[in-house]
Amino acid sequence: MKNNRLRSFYTIPYTAWILLFVIAPIALIVYYSFFDLTGNFTLSNYKSFFSSVYLKLTISSFWYAFLITLFSLLISYPTAYLITKTKHKQLWLLLIIIPSWINLLLKTYAFIGLMGLYGPINALLEVVGIGKQQILFTDFSYVFVSVYIFIPFMILPIFNALDKLNPVLIDASRDLGANSWTTFKRVIWPLTINGVKSGIQVVFIPALSLFMITRLIAGNKVITLGTAIEQQFLVTQNWGMGSTIAVFLILFMFIIMSFTTGKERGATGNGKNR
Amino acid sequence: MERIGKLPKLYLTVVFIILYAPIFYLIFYSFNSGGGMSDFESFTWEHYAAVFEDKRLIVIVLNTIIIALLSALASTAIGVIGALAIYFMRNKKMRNAVLSLNNILMVSPDVIIGASFLILFTMIGVKLGFASVLISHIAFSIPIVVIMVLPKLSEMNPTLIDAARDLGATSKDIMTRVILPFIKPGIFAGFFLALTYSLDDFAVTFFVTGNGFSTLSVEIYSMARTGISLTINALSGIIFVVTVGLVLGYYALNRKLKAPLAGVKK
Repeated sequence: MKNNRLRSFYTIPYTAWILLFVIAPIALIVYYSFFDLTGNFTLSNYKSFFSSVYLKLTISSFWYAFLITLFSLLISYPTAYLITKTKHKQLWLLLIIIPSWINLLLKTYAFIGLMGLYGPINALLEVVGIGKQQILFTDFSYVFVSVYIFIPFMILPIFNALDKLNPVLIDASRDLGANSWTTFKRVIWPLTINGVKSGIQVVFIPALSLFMITRLIAGNKVITLGTAIEQQFLVTQNWGMGSTIAVFLILFMFIIMSFTTGKERGATGNGKNR
Repeated sequence: MERIGKLPKLYLTVVFIILYAPIFYLIFYSFNSGGGMSDFESFTWEHYAAVFEDKRLIVIVLNTIIIALLSALASTAIGVIGALAIYFMRNKKMRNAVLSLNNILMVSPDVIIGASFLILFTMIGVKLGFASVLISHIAFSIPIVVIMVLPKLSEMNPTLIDAARDLGATSKDIMTRVILPFIKPGIFAGFFLALTYSLDDFAVTFFVTGNGFSTLSVEIYSMARTGISLTINALSGIIFVVTVGLVLGYYALNRKLKAPLAGVKK
């Protein structure tokens, strides 16, 4: 009896939180997606989502998210691997993590100066002889800054996976005559794929929905699903359309999660715990 | 283990330089007496003085810290309770369902969290401002605390609880003398993460902040949209020093907390 009461004491506040801040918000988003600006029940938001404007937006959003994830992975995997080989790996890892604790806005703001017309990158280009380039407000700057922001979050799960890897397996593979590439392809990569997957998860989903980097760095040239939602909610005040886009973003999120959540230890594999 | 060669070393160095370049660039120009981030004229503290003279900015910094501390405390309390609730769940299916719900908020894009909370607050009539920001920060920090505490709970040997009970401990004793001390590192980690999540959050806050209330991220965003201001640089210098201090302090604390256990485990 007593145990039961105690159990409900633990369960009630947490369940209340789940109901109010996990289930209710999603339900409200779905509910609002059926209303137009004047408050009439309608399916027109869904119809306009499948119009060419929003489809194009969705595709370009996915393309940018794909590029950002790809480059983050290409940079992060070797970095994580090399860090596991260093002497004080925990210290190096900490050094990787520290920049991720600096406010996101500040780092983005720094790039406004770095990439500006009179910034150091342009000065360097001029010395090299390429001359001044408009770097800010381009696709390149958007992808670069986003990759910069996401690298630590990609490195962390991959590092954890690589660090857990038993080195004996690599020795065994070598002893059996495999070269470095085969060892990587057949032993290291498959055994660390879960780390890669959670890395992709923590990069791809946010990359679909970034909106402040697009505003500050891409100068409204790049529009992601996130930018569109922010626009509909806070500028146009069209909550119905905003909610419809949000519904699709949530759908995409679930699809991506189902691909990238490791079978075992799904809960702790989530790389967001930096 | 083989040492790493020259080329890999160079690669690592480049990654580290790129990671830190923007931060040090900001800090470097915070000492510039000129107006922008391109020509360094001469050394000055004036931008730092400007930060401390700007009453509005100080109020915003204080708001940010208060929100972070309060939300971290509240979410740690609810998160620990939630982790215990999940731990005591016998039904495995139920447990997994709750865990997935817990994770939804963690993987949800900030924009979704912000927009849906905005609808929620408008519907139930929470005024946008301090309250709405605080509540949303508590809400999105809870799953992090749960995730940090839960592994510690499952690490705990359940026979410890049985032993305590056999020795006549009440439920309250078991909680305060066995379980809580054991999961303490997880609780601290959760609290600290919740704190940094709150300090760092921009997107969610941006949605639910209303007109009169602002946090540092939101303020930097609106400042950055109007162009370069070296006050932001000075502010980032201060934030960097404080952050590094906090991280080092946290790691020192963590090591101290973990030390007695590590000896047994490994």
